[in-house]
Amino acid sequence: MKALRTRGGLSLRLDIRASVVVAVLLCAALAASVLLIGTGDFRIPAADVVRTLLGNGDPGQEFIVNDLRLPRVLVGLLVGAALALGGALFQAISRNPLGSPDILGLGQGATAGALVMIVLFSGSAVQVAAGALAGGLVTGFGIYLLAWRRGVHGYRLVLVGIGMSAVMTAVNGYLLTKADIVDAARATVWMAGSLDGRGWDQVRPLLVLCAVLVPVVLTYARPLRMLEMGDDVASALGVRVERTRLVLLVAAVLLTAAATSAAGPVGFVALTAPQLARRLTRSPGPNIAASMCMGAALLVTADWISQRAFGADRLPVGVVTGVVGGVYLLWLLVSERKAGRI
Amino acid sequence: MLVDSPPEQRAVTAVAPPNRRAIRGAGLLGAVVVLLLLLVASIAIGAKPLSVGQVWHGLFDDTGTFGDVVVGERLARTLLGLLAGVALGLSGAVLQALTRNPLADPGLLGINMGASAAVVTAISFFGVTSLSGYVWFAFLGAAAVGVLVYVLGGTRNATPVRLALAGTAISAALYGYLQAVMVMDDAALGKMRFWTVGSLVSADMTTLRQVLPFIAVGSVLALALARPLNAMAMGDDTARALGARLNRTRALSMAAATLLCGAATAACGPIVFVGLMVPHVVRSFTGPDLRWILPFSAVLSPVLLLAADIAGRLVARPAEVQVGIVTAVIGGPVFICLVRRRKVTQL
Repeated sequence: MKALRTRGGLSLRLDIRASVVVAVLLCAALAASVLLIGTGDFRIPAADVVRTLLGNGDPGQEFIVNDLRLPRVLVGLLVGAALALGGALFQAISRNPLGSPDILGLGQGATAGALVMIVLFSGSAVQVAAGALAGGLVTGFGIYLLAWRRGVHGYRLVLVGIGMSAVMTAVNGYLLTKADIVDAARATVWMAGSLDGRGWDQVRPLLVLCAVLVPVVLTYARPLRMLEMGDDVASALGVRVERTRLVLLVAAVLLTAAATSAAGPVGFVALTAPQLARRLTRSPGPNIAASMCMGAALLVTADWISQRAFGADRLPVGVVTGVVGGVYLLWLLVSERKAGRI
Repeated sequence: MLVDSPPEQRAVTAVAPPNRRAIRGAGLLGAVVVLLLLLVASIAIGAKPLSVGQVWHGLFDDTGTFGDVVVGERLARTLLGLLAGVALGLSGAVLQALTRNPLADPGLLGINMGASAAVVTAISFFGVTSLSGYVWFAFLGAAAVGVLVYVLGGTRNATPVRLALAGTAISAALYGYLQAVMVMDDAALGKMRFWTVGSLVSADMTTLRQVLPFIAVGSVLALALARPLNAMAMGDDTARALGARLNRTRALSMAAATLLCGAATAACGPIVFVGLMVPHVVRSFTGPDLRWILPFSAVLSPVLLLAADIAGRLVARPAEVQVGIVTAVIGGPVFICLVRRRKVTQL
């Protein structure tokens, strides 16, 4: 931690370790993106990818890179960042590392919306995305209202979310049994979370949403840090507790629902990215920038792994993040036990 | 979520006046009567309604009429509902006592997911197609995950929190595997989507005979553990001072819960919330004494399961809604109410 002072009396605190971590993660995410663009049925060396992205490639490569693969990678980066930011906010608000949107049933709610569109209306991709967005938003605000009792308390939010998640899982199971096998297969791929066939149509709304919400979240980052010390301390320090929580929850729900409607409920990014970022920066608080870069890097790397290991578009990215996330949790368990913390 | 339940008040039951014990005994008897009525109702109600006389005829004087055939068909699913209900209720009560967490549930220790992963493996890689074939795989998966959770949770010095975390982590990893298989293999998806919702529809006598011994052994074990678990509820140090053998009790409790829940999941797929809800409701009127909670849970869980099954048959006649879906749709709101009603410090 270092303080920068100007002559005019302005000062800025700079956490050097955190800044380095953000820079490294950002580079990692971009490097993984370049690799991912070069991967597929037609392989392109990384140097050519970079040259094409800068506008100096040959026309054939330009078509493949800019029109086919770049939007997909951008969706991956944006979805990863949005999920991680939503997860970081939820975890900070519920003061619980397990309080991520996966556990709270937002993913299940969005899935229910998407399944209704797929199974009952055989909807197009756009309709499915709209259904998922609506499902996620309704579930998110339902959880908030049900958990409201003279304010929202962290544990109650998590527990209400777990109950909601179970109900939504049952609804999804019912819809799956009602579907014919073609719809069911389509629904399963969607439920795993996949970047297959995503393009500029998904990039634009996500980009706009992130451009609006990230500044909002950043202005509330300081009150959020205070909130982690407990409601009483925070309000004594002048934080408007309920308003902060409401604004941030709305932002988190919007981000998660939008990301889910773009790529499906990709598991565990929201749970693991903020935790990993926190361990790397070793600083308390939600670590917003580091979490977002970590989420983007994780998602794109996972997609690259799934493409390299199993061939193009055989295995949705959500499956890879699910397995990696589970293994990460186990490792966390073993290491925490060795350190004697649990 | 992972907080100790209120301290055990064993003294209350020890000095409970006789009339209080009589009330509880009468309550248990009343619950058994309700269960018997539901057993009959479960045979009588369905796409082809039967009268009580016809049910009696089919059960004790089978002459092969149409009604008698229907009774035979429904008898298997009713008995399976009974067995699975007993197993889920007891395993939930034991797990809540073991982890000292009123929100513990067989799903929490990864047992459901272990069974699901094993069944999907059986379908996709070994080509098993019949339900009686899944049973062994489901059981093996549940048992393997039960042991693994116990080992990862720290065997000798397993704490409630560690067990719950190990269960969550293993479930998470297995869920990824389950989805990978279902995405790549349409045939497995076609079967799994019906198995994972939890249903009594495909019950038959073969399945019943396969799981009965496990549920019987598990139930006896669970009921016998009431006293040591009561002692453990007071905290490890006090329990040790009272002469309870902590490690043995923990290992036996895990074994009982795995046997019961594994058998129930193997026979009818993962059914959530029964094991969570029933012991919770029971505790609200019996108090924390497991010698009452366990028998009440064993009687009231099948009541809930059979009622949900009957409701599922009635709402979508002549088709039906699977029992696992009905329990989750009823159980979710009840769970949310419980969470809202209780003071946060108690959770």
